[in-house]
Order: sequence, then structure tokens, then C-alpha cells
Amino acid sequence: MERYRGKSVSPNIAIGRIWFYEKEKFQIEKRTISDSTVEWKRYEDARSIARNQLQELMQKVEEEVGEMNAAIFDVHALLMEDADYNAYIHRMIEEQMVNAEYAVHEAGVHFAEIFTAMDDEYFRARAADIRDISQRLVGILTDQRAEKVFWEEPMIIVAPDLVPSETVQMDRSKVLAFVTEKGSVNSHAAILARTMNIPALTSMPVKREWNGRLGIVDGGSGVLYVDPDLPTLERMRRYEKKVKKAALELQKLKGLETVTRYGKKIRLYANIGNVADAEEALYQDAEGIGLFRSEFLYLEKNSLPTEEEQFESYRAVAEKMNGKRVIIRTMDIGADKQADYLGLEKEENPAMGYRAIRICLDHQEIFRTQLRAIYRASVYGTIAVMFPMIISVEEVQEIKKQIEAVKEELRQEQIPFKEIETGIMIETPAAALISDELAREVNFFSIGTNDLSQYTLAVDRQNPKLEHFFDPHHPAVLRLIRMTVENGHRGGCWVGICGELAADLTLTAEFVRMGVDELSVSPPMVLPVRETVRNISL
Amino acid sequence: MAEFQYVITDTAGLHARPAAQLARLVKETDCAVTVEKEGQTADAAGVMSLMRLGIKKGDEVTVTADDPKVLEVLREFFYRNL
Repeated sequence: MERYRGKSVSPNIAIGRIWFYEKEKFQIEKRTISDSTVEWKRYEDARSIARNQLQELMQKVEEEVGEMNAAIFDVHALLMEDADYNAYIHRMIEEQMVNAEYAVHEAGVHFAEIFTAMDDEYFRARAADIRDISQRLVGILTDQRAEKVFWEEPMIIVAPDLVPSETVQMDRSKVLAFVTEKGSVNSHAAILARTMNIPALTSMPVKREWNGRLGIVDGGSGVLYVDPDLPTLERMRRYEKKVKKAALELQKLKGLETVTRYGKKIRLYANIGNVADAEEALYQDAEGIGLFRSEFLYLEKNSLPTEEEQFESYRAVAEKMNGKRVIIRTMDIGADKQADYLGLEKEENPAMGYRAIRICLDHQEIFRTQLRAIYRASVYGTIAVMFPMIISVEEVQEIKKQIEAVKEELRQEQIPFKEIETGIMIETPAAALISDELAREVNFFSIGTNDLSQYTLAVDRQNPKLEHFFDPHHPAVLRLIRMTVENGHRGGCWVGICGELAADLTLTAEFVRMGVDELSVSPPMVLPVRETVRNISL
Repeated sequence: MAEFQYVITDTAGLHARPAAQLARLVKETDCAVTVEKEGQTADAAGVMSLMRLGIKKGDEVTVTADDPKVLEVLREFFYRNL
């Protein structure tokens, strides 16, 4: 038995044969042909097959992951019809008397090079699309079709890396788990795995020789067993049964209210980090978005996101959530979350440093751009906005001034917007201690327990040596939470929790008892929390 | 021959999707259309040639067509999408 540890990006467990997925490399032979008309006809036939394939793919992707993702195949279809591309192939066949697959391959290389040489990163990346269509055509011409891989029984898919165009083409009923070397928590495979409720591990040293062997993927602990021994197999089979049964039970909670036995309702929301996550939140039946981290907009790029880009993202989520509340947290960037273009200096103590609202209040243009985007998106759903790292009433008053200025601007420009709820994160002990005063300024509080614990306990979360000191159940933390809830309610605010503690099932009852109005958790935790709430006798 | 100038406002520039839409539109009209940027000219019926211009936000392009009616359609396309 071999045992490997990776990073779990989706829990659950799977037992089955391993299939080592490799991108097929086509052998392309250069041949001299005798009849160029026949060869061109071969190419045209291949192209019409490819056209149909792309059409099918487009439909499949559109149904499964949405129109936005399908558009790329539409672009592929058009690239394939491109006059320059076809002329290049035609010329090679006519003038050099070479076989169609070789001509297609050469055309792919040629045009990919042109794009690779372009200045703009976006256009450089299009080289991959050109290679993709050439590969498709070569595959058809040589009768090796990469995407038509069928395997009989459901298998654990192991691969160095999986790109979306590979995962979307897999027959979902034949996939037990994903194990990859590269890929992140937000990779397409990871998101797909979470939506499908199957386990997925990344950062695994995958090996080709695992192909065909028995494997167990334990997404709970991030472990992969290859050729498990009998006791392990038996133990994991029992565990699998239990997990599957529990997961099935959880699915039945979809559509039900998050309410205690005696009728106390809790708003159960999801935390998301980008637009695609909203899909998952809905799938897990979240009742809203309690924390939409806007950082992805700032971290994915080499420059500040424009108002338009931000607006599009906020609008997309608001529309997707279709009237359910979406709480957008303004930029929470600081020296620990790097955005080079902001030119932030390296700090000794970044958690307590120049970050979040502190940057925003210093750089009004950054802040106002974001506020404008949020207010503009407000007409597309039920948006609320909240501000991180608050320590004083003055900050909140300054923020409100900025909001008023932005609203006035929009009015002047006759751009429609709605009045939206404003809230603040309570994640510093200072904010918790003056929450009575802060409550007068805003509509809601959202308690960020990760930072609140770190600041209250003076324990750096980044330092692994301190792990056993980091106790978010510490009475001091819980007292601050209680105090915040009480002060919030007294001042007319509703109060939520959006930190990791919100998903801590051992504390759910206590939070309900304290009077917490909303819990916002990662999408896969929505149903477990709902189950817990429904079993509380309060 | 008629033409118009247009400055791209879309943040992503003439990226794959609008390039594909434009090429399709031009193909349907059966009329010769070119897009020019900084002295480089592309046949607007080809996605590849359009994208090779690397048109970004802020770039000025000149669109030329034989048929003034087609040009009007294209003008609308640019204003709506780019």
C-alpha cells in the first residue's frame, strides 16, 4: 500500500480504479501526396466533423456551466473558418504536396507563433486556442480523437493538470474523484468536484504507474491510498457508506428553511470569492451571499480593476442570485495580500498594517471607483456593502461621506442606483468594544472571526508554531461576539458572522442563543449548518 | 468606398468574442470590409486577421466598406459592442 498526502479541495471519499489521464500527443507524419484535390477534400471533411464537435461541445458546456464558458468554442469554430488559416493550409497542400494533417499542424504552429509574439497578454494567450483547433483537426484526420475517451466503469481521474476543456468533456457519471498535481482550490476541476460532491485533491505527486490500480481518495484528510491493504479498504468502505448516507440526507434539506425546532429563523448565506462561486452557492441552496470578497478583482490583474470591470462582476452575481441579498465587502488588500501595482511597502507586521479600509480612505480614487461600481450594480438585485478593518466611528462617518459623494455624482450623471444597506465588519477588538456607538452608523454588522480571534488573542495566524495557541473558542472571543450582537440589536442593526467560526457546528447553538441573525459559510457548509440549526431546541 | 473612425472603449479591446461576432457579421454581408489600426490593415471577415491587430482600449481604428449601408450596420456594431 502506498499513501500520499495532498491538498484537499473538496471533501467526501471515493474508492475505485485509477485512470491516469494524459493529454494525447499526436504523431504527425509528413508524407508526400500525389493528389492535392483529394487531400484538400480530406481536410474539408475533417473540418466539417470538427464543426459538429464544436457545436455539440458548445451545447454541452452551455447546459452544464453556462453561456460564458461556451463562447470559447464559438470562437474556435470561427477561427477554424478563418480565411488566412485555411489559405495557409491550402497553399501547403497545393504547393508542397504534403498530407493534410501535416499542413494543419504547421498552420497551427505558424499562427500560434504570431499570437505568442504579440504585446498584449490577452492576445498572447490566444495562441492556445489556435493550437487547440489544429489539434482537434489533426486528431480527426489521424483518427485519434483526444476528447472521445470513454472508460467503462467510474474511475478516479489522476492527471498532472486538468484544463476546463478537458473536465467539461468528461462524462460526469464516470468520474469518482479528481487528483491533480497542479491546479488550485479555484480550478475548474475543484469547483466541478465540489458541485458534484466528489472528492478532489491537488498538490499530489502523481505517477503514471498508478494507472489501473485501486485507489482511495479521502477528501476529508487529503490522503490518497494506492493499492490499499485490506484493513484500510474495509475501514474506508465503512467510512464511505457513512459519508454517502450523510451527504444524501443533506441533499434533502435543500429548499427547506433554516429554522430551529421552535421557530427561530437564521439567514444562512454563503461566502464567495468570485463570480463562478455564486453558482456553487446557489447549488448548495444558500439563501444569499453574506460575504462577496472583492479581492479577486484586485489580485488577478496587474493594474487596478476599472469601474466597468467591477460593475460587470457585481452585476453578474446580483443577477445570478436573483433578488437574494448579496453583501459585497470592499477591497481587503494589504501587505499580506500582494498587489504589486499598489506599490505597498513590505511590513514587519502586515496583519496590523496598511490594509483594507485604511488604504481606501487614503486613496479616495480607488475607493470611489469601487463604490460607484457597487451602487451602479445595485439596480440588478439586492446588494449591500460592507467595510473591513474598522476601528473607529470617525472612519465610518468618513466612509458615509464618500458614499454620499458617489451617490450625488451618479445622480448628476443620471445613472440609476438603489439605496442599499451598509454594514461593517467587526473584526478588531476595538470595533467590538465600541459596537454600541458603531451600531448608530450602519444597518448591519458582520463579525469576522478569523481576524477577531487573531487580534484578541495576539496570535499570528500565519505562524505555524502558534497553531495550538489559536483558539477561536476562547471565552474572550466569544464574549466579544456576544457583546457585538447585543449592542448591534440595541442600536437597530442585524448581526451576522462570516468568519470560519460561522461554520463551526459545535458553536451553532450558542450563536443562535446569542441572537445571531445570519451565518455566512463556505458553500459546501451551507447544508451541514442548516441541518444543525434545524436540530436546535430553541 | 466609405469609412468611419472609432476609438475603442471596451476594456478588453477587440477580444475573441467581439472579433468573432464582427467576422460573422461581415461574412453575412458579402461586402469587402477592412479594419485598420496604425497603418496595419485586416480583412474584417477573418477572426485571426482581426485579432492579429491586437486592438486594445483607446486604440483608434478605421473601418472601410464598399457599401455605405453595410458601413452603417458596422458603425452600430462598434458603438454597441466596443
